Amino acid sequence: MTNYEDEEIQRLLKEVIPRVDRGLRHDLWPEMLRRLEAPRPSVPWYDWALIGLSTSVFLFFPQLILVFAYHL
Amino acid sequence: MELLKRFKQGDTEAFETLFRQFQAEVYGWIVQIVRDPGIAEDLTIETFWRIHKARARFDTEASFGAWARRIARNLAIDHIRSRHREQELSEQCLSAEAPDSALRRETHEKLERAFGRLPPKLQAAATLALVDERPYQEIAELLGTSVGVIRTRVFRAVRQLRKQLERSGVKL
Repeated sequence: MTNYEDEEIQRLLKEVIPRVDRGLRHDLWPEMLRRLEAPRPSVPWYDWALIGLSTSVFLFFPQLILVFAYHL
Repeated sequence: MELLKRFKQGDTEAFETLFRQFQAEVYGWIVQIVRDPGIAEDLTIETFWRIHKARARFDTEASFGAWARRIARNLAIDHIRSRHREQELSEQCLSAEAPDSALRRETHEKLERAFGRLPPKLQAAATLALVDERPYQEIAELLGTSVGVIRTRVFRAVRQLRKQLERSGVKL
């Protein structure tokens, strides 16, 4: 800070931006554990079947990719 | 070292030990940047979640703290970035509102808006240097850069704020 205007900006910033306490208020491990234990969303078997079917169709008939893209 | 190896192998107890050892430190780094205890807690959990997911890639010879700090810092800066975009959107919606009559409040609002428009890295450096008055060396360590870069960021932040305030009619 070298001049009055810069000091004024610093003063205003201190008024606008709240000071924060850096101390953690409580243990976050229980929340972390809940997240670790939360069931992962699973993909149903028919979605996998559909992906497999589409991939094989596109592999054998690559020209269909354009038709598919057109209808997206 | 043994603890880090066990963590890498997916041992939850080892992860819990590391979590308890570093959670306050990680929270402290994040809250200084995002300035909101609730968000800082969420981002602390997110930091450890990412650490847990990436544990197989962790080099047990390296510093766990430095790794955690890098992830925490990136998350905090990304959060400021997303807030920055939200502010731009809300400004577009509020631009037709009548200005507050109190000069002081108006100046504060303009400064808040100008500050929100600063690039996230300048915001973080300016907050730590000008509001918290932390030593440049400490800020550089926290943000993973050099003292010279921090000095430049603070200088640029002040210059941009001054320009924006002048442009919006605020006399300092």
